[in-house]
Amino acid sequence: MEQFFQISNFSCGYPGKFILQDIDFSVAKGDIVGIIGPNGSGKTTLFRGISGELPPLKGKMELKGLDTRKMNLKQRAQNIAIVTQNIEIGSMTVEEYVLMGRIPYHKQFQFFETKEDFAIAEKYMKLTGVDKLKGKYMNALSGGEQQLAGIARALTQEPDLLLLDEPTSHLDITHQVQTLNLIRRLSCELGLTVLMIIHDLNLAGEYCDSLIMMQEGHIRKKGLPVEVLNYADIEAVYETVVVVRTNPISNKPVVFLVSEEVIKKS
Amino acid sequence: MNSKYLKWILFLAALLVLLLVSVLLSLSAGEIKVSLMQLPQILSDKGSIEYTVLAKIRIPRILMAIGVGGALSLSGVVLQGIYRNPLVEPYTLGISGGAALGVAIAIVFGLNTLSFFSLPAFGFLGALVTLIVVYLLSIKRGGLSINSMLLIGVMVSFVSSSAMMFLMSISTAENLHNIVFWVMGSLDESNNSLIAIAFYSSLAGLVISYFFAQTLNALRLGEVKARHLGINTGVAIKLLFFVASLLTGIAVSVAGVIGFVGLVIPHLIRLIIGNDYRVLLAGSFMGGAIFLILSDTIARTIISPNELPIGVITGFIGGLVFIIVLSRSKSHFKLN
Repeated sequence: MEQFFQISNFSCGYPGKFILQDIDFSVAKGDIVGIIGPNGSGKTTLFRGISGELPPLKGKMELKGLDTRKMNLKQRAQNIAIVTQNIEIGSMTVEEYVLMGRIPYHKQFQFFETKEDFAIAEKYMKLTGVDKLKGKYMNALSGGEQQLAGIARALTQEPDLLLLDEPTSHLDITHQVQTLNLIRRLSCELGLTVLMIIHDLNLAGEYCDSLIMMQEGHIRKKGLPVEVLNYADIEAVYETVVVVRTNPISNKPVVFLVSEEVIKKS
Repeated sequence: MNSKYLKWILFLAALLVLLLVSVLLSLSAGEIKVSLMQLPQILSDKGSIEYTVLAKIRIPRILMAIGVGGALSLSGVVLQGIYRNPLVEPYTLGISGGAALGVAIAIVFGLNTLSFFSLPAFGFLGALVTLIVVYLLSIKRGGLSINSMLLIGVMVSFVSSSAMMFLMSISTAENLHNIVFWVMGSLDESNNSLIAIAFYSSLAGLVISYFFAQTLNALRLGEVKARHLGINTGVAIKLLFFVASLLTGIAVSVAGVIGFVGLVIPHLIRLIIGNDYRVLLAGSFMGGAIFLILSDTIARTIISPNELPIGVITGFIGGLVFIIVLSRSKSHFKLN
């Protein structure tokens, strides 16, 4: 099967401080891939490398068979959209914010959005459920609503690849599930390929088609959730004792933490 | 038409009407009252004293007010967009001080006599050097935080004013008078070429900044996120910096240090119409022009027949607004 997004022998980072080494993986179209690993393992650096924020030190990255290094900033923004963790927007309405996703499609020095821009923004606001909030200011929204507006803005870029940096952080379980269900739907209905950093191993196991486990700047393990989420790898990478079982309904792996007190007793 | 765009057009049209009203007020007010009803008649009678007052004094000052007020306000709003900070303006960043120092150097070393263009050129150089120093130092201090920028701006202002004091202490009485004149700020300019430079360069600045209106909008999300939207932020920011320093440099070199225009006007415009740069740029330009026309009218009429330096009026109003903005900034005011 032809791979939609492929990274080969890729390296990027901050010379003298932290460098990602020999990153190799590929993603099929419409897949949701979770990037997991402890703090400082290189997840965010990898994201910055993929988004183009950090220039590659070596290796290659291809999207739809095209070398991303040959894309200019606008082409990249039309193909890859990013939703970061903190959406620090003040006095900007949800609609204004979502419409910003059309900037990559604007002609040089285009001042105004076209009717098509408004229609596309409306479509994705509806899809993410923030159309009811479009007149509200971003700083008046809850964390979950801001996250959904962020996704709507990214979708308005009409990308092939969506990068999500911890989309469920700071959210309660209702909003976590709501956000991830939406991402799942987008992947099924729009064929959107999603790469997301995710800390919660259970959500990662439940919602991702495959996982990439990072450790100290390299990929320790990649594959299906059931292959990656095993107690040996988790304990080695996170230095934490866990128990891995299978969710009886979804048949996906579930990770249980074990406290120090219980370990000592047993 | 989208209701948002309609609102912008109505707002800009209202500002244009206000600009015309302030122009007419400025034409009529002064020691010699000019009746607006008789304006066409006065303008056709080139021998009358009213004509001389209008043609030689008031119209040039109005053009200067539009050029300088527009330039300073525009420069302020552009710098605020780059820094994502509502308290940044040429004055608080020390750029005005740097431009004045450039002008003082030109006066003391007699470079102003080389060409009528020498003063704007040195003002521009002073502004550019200051802007670069403040920007680089702000980044070095771990980001463009409000405190570091303002502190560095104030420090740079101190260094500039110390250097100016040094220049003043070694300058002749005539040069000293010229420098003091710049520091106080005035729209009284006899050289038509400099008036034309101030007027047209500010208009050019407005046109150029409009090419970057959407870039400034994208920068509301931050530099990194603007790049994610396909904006070449590095090039855009450098160009906008260049435009801001050019506008400030020219404004200061022809009119001296007139503070707070770049802070007060964009802030008021933001409060009324929002933070979208597509309306903010033209709104701030016109607002700055109106503010300076009215300030100048007050400055030359309040203690008539004597005249107050315009910086006194703008500084007084601006200082008060600055304090209000500072006290509000923690709780509600957000630029982006």
